Amino acid sequence: MMEKNVANTKRDGLLHPSIDKVVVIEGTHAASHAVKLARVQVIAAYPITPQTSVVEKLSEIVSDGDLDAKFIKVESEHSAMACCIGSSISGARAFTATSSQGLALMHELLHWAAGSRLPIVMVNVNRAMAPPWSIYVDHNDSLSQRDTGWLQFYAESNQEVTDTVLQAYKIAETVSLPVMINLDAFVLSHTSEPVALPKQEIVDEFLPARKASFKIDTSDPKAFGALIGPEAYMEMRYKLYRAMEDARSVIREVDRDFAEKFGRSYGGLVEEYMTEDAETVLITSATAVSTARIAVDELRSMGFPVGLMKLRVFRPFPVDEVRELAKHVRKIGVMDRNVSFGATGIIYQETKAVLYNAADRPSVFGFIAGLGGRDITPETIKEIFSYLMNHDEPESESVWVSLKTSDADQGARPFPETGAGIRRSEGVK
Amino acid sequence: MIEIRMHGRGGQGGVIAAKILASAMFKEGRFAQSFPSFGVERRGAPVLAFTRVDDKPIRLRTAIYEPDHLIILDATLIKSTNVFSGLKRGGTILVNSAGPVSLFNFPYDYPAASVDAAAIAVRHGLGTRSIPIVNTAILGAFAKFSGLVGIEAIVEAIREGVPMKRDENAAAALEAYDSVESVADAPANGSFPSEDNGTITVK
Repeated sequence: MMEKNVANTKRDGLLHPSIDKVVVIEGTHAASHAVKLARVQVIAAYPITPQTSVVEKLSEIVSDGDLDAKFIKVESEHSAMACCIGSSISGARAFTATSSQGLALMHELLHWAAGSRLPIVMVNVNRAMAPPWSIYVDHNDSLSQRDTGWLQFYAESNQEVTDTVLQAYKIAETVSLPVMINLDAFVLSHTSEPVALPKQEIVDEFLPARKASFKIDTSDPKAFGALIGPEAYMEMRYKLYRAMEDARSVIREVDRDFAEKFGRSYGGLVEEYMTEDAETVLITSATAVSTARIAVDELRSMGFPVGLMKLRVFRPFPVDEVRELAKHVRKIGVMDRNVSFGATGIIYQETKAVLYNAADRPSVFGFIAGLGGRDITPETIKEIFSYLMNHDEPESESVWVSLKTSDADQGARPFPETGAGIRRSEGVK
Repeated sequence: MIEIRMHGRGGQGGVIAAKILASAMFKEGRFAQSFPSFGVERRGAPVLAFTRVDDKPIRLRTAIYEPDHLIILDATLIKSTNVFSGLKRGGTILVNSAGPVSLFNFPYDYPAASVDAAAIAVRHGLGTRSIPIVNTAILGAFAKFSGLVGIEAIVEAIREGVPMKRDENAAAALEAYDSVESVADAPANGSFPSEDNGTITVK
């Protein structure tokens, strides 16, 4: 019985020489194991659903003596980030994890970490903001931290969580900026699936010990966090801005290095799926990408020229990649698992913004879906493609997909019925 | 792809069972995924847990709406919730019950079996008489009944996946395995055909 299907060639990706073992683990633990492999020295965290199992597992790893790190229990997320900042200034590799309200409570210190140019890595399990209370996924928590100076990654699979944590420390320590890795509440955080854990010695080669270019050192006293006047603040802000701009090439380079050592690549800032000859492309992020691949395959098999762009990195925004895509497609749809009240979905705004001054500007449509854990299924994605293929220009700024409405909901914009839906006989309009 | 949906109550171990099942199927050379019903689990509250298995990487990341197989850890859920929602025509049903499966009047074209997982769990010291932990016993029964996964892989995954009483859990799975028939040999279990829409309702 144990030999059943061992010749499954689809599992060849799990046979790379860099792999120590393949385990079936949940997304939170995929992060914990990567933190161990990254030889993090300080972990400070406060529990919050659905993040808690990230640091729960780490506390076991540290207490079992499998990771030589200081695990600091704190009374709030604000203090957790303060511990990360303090230890990172002293040259240590620091880690924390949180979700939603916890991330919001950290807000002040997120600016502090980035302004101090500290390469802290944080896992944020994306959870909708309250009220009303929700423990389920959407991306408003992390996107609310857009302007704090943190790099933001969004993961599609548990393997990508592990691999991105390892890449994140390398990127963070190269550009001297903190990195936030986001994974969808439950849909990734509590889903168990196979994850290849790499060998420690190969991780050590890829990610050597941190060398801080400046740090608190009692034998070499320096002042940190001093007041600065108008004569220099702006220049320091410009340096931070440049570091974020330069992070784009660093992200691509680190992903290439990673592929060489570990045999897996995520395309840098974006991954394109079936876009080469596509006329209509959907841009989206996180676990919705995984499900959207299925919808794209189905539509392709029916002859529709559709494709997908996975936004792996939101900050820095993949400006070049989106402009490049715009050169050869007719329509772009953006599916946001978030909303900016008074405007539209956030990734939709950003996508339109980078195209406004570009030479090629296809119609860009915005869709809001999956808020507060509403399931995003292949049917959701197909509904969106159906809308895209049946409309020449966007009718409204953001279309709310599968919104339940009643007569009382005056002014709400339900997803318009396209009538026929998608049929084999229909051509692309 | 094969999709399995587990219906239980908080404390019965359904979430861990779904994960152990995924691990066992992965050990046999396939790809597998498991997840709970994305909710807050409380002792006694209805809990769903899902397992997917395929011979290629699994990209679908949604709840399971149309399962191929049902595992029911608590038979009282049959009356109080719609456990059959979306069950594919011909899908199998495995239920934890001391009584024969004919008690439930499942439609005859859905192969079904019952296993007294509670008694088996208690015999092996898993949980208490009032709250037996039935997850490992039912997995043993599922291995035999469905034929989808070997008992060796189930036992190995149980030993790795349970936090304590590894021998007792493994023994419970083996006893349950021996106590049921394979679906290929399962007798007809009901007296009425299912409705034409491919889903069944309790009569």
